[in-house]
Amino acid sequence: MQLARVIGDVVATRKESAYDGVTLLVIQPVLPDGSDTGRPLVAVDAVGAGVGERVFFVRGKEASFPFHPKEVPADAGIVGIVDHWSVIEDRPR
Amino acid sequence: MILARVIGEVVSTQKRPQFEGATLLLVQPETPAGAKQGTALLAIDSVGAGRGELVLVVLEGRAAQESLGKKLAPVDAAILGIVDEVDWHE
Repeated sequence: MQLARVIGDVVATRKESAYDGVTLLVIQPVLPDGSDTGRPLVAVDAVGAGVGERVFFVRGKEASFPFHPKEVPADAGIVGIVDHWSVIEDRPR
Repeated sequence: MILARVIGEVVSTQKRPQFEGATLLLVQPETPAGAKQGTALLAIDSVGAGRGELVLVVLEGRAAQESLGKKLAPVDAAILGIVDEVDWHE
């Protein structure tokens, strides 16, 4: 899983029928220090996240598991909204 | 599997039910020499790893679900062990 922030939503009228009722959000992966990393991507939302929220998402077919037994074709899915996270930086070793 | 260092933890109230009771840790992948490698990720912890510890992480859904013990859990990474020592040669 990875941390991300929700930066937008996707509206699609003509789509795969399995996507009916499924929310598609645009997310930007972030590093533990809060900075952006990599490209934004589209993820299915399984927790009711909204734009501006910090979330964590899963990659791969597991993204479709929250919709079981419906088979939603997805490769990224939001599975939790983050309250906060804490980091210890560069511990001496 | 990869080697990674536990660098933090994530607190989430609103999440998929399979995550209830599970610990979510932030881990930074490392080379055997201890250098950072790639971006930090979140992994389920079922072995009781703590901050600063070197751990063994599996990056595969099926294995991560088994570690969590819950079917159809939407997870793709799990901590499988705490590493005592890595003996390696270049």
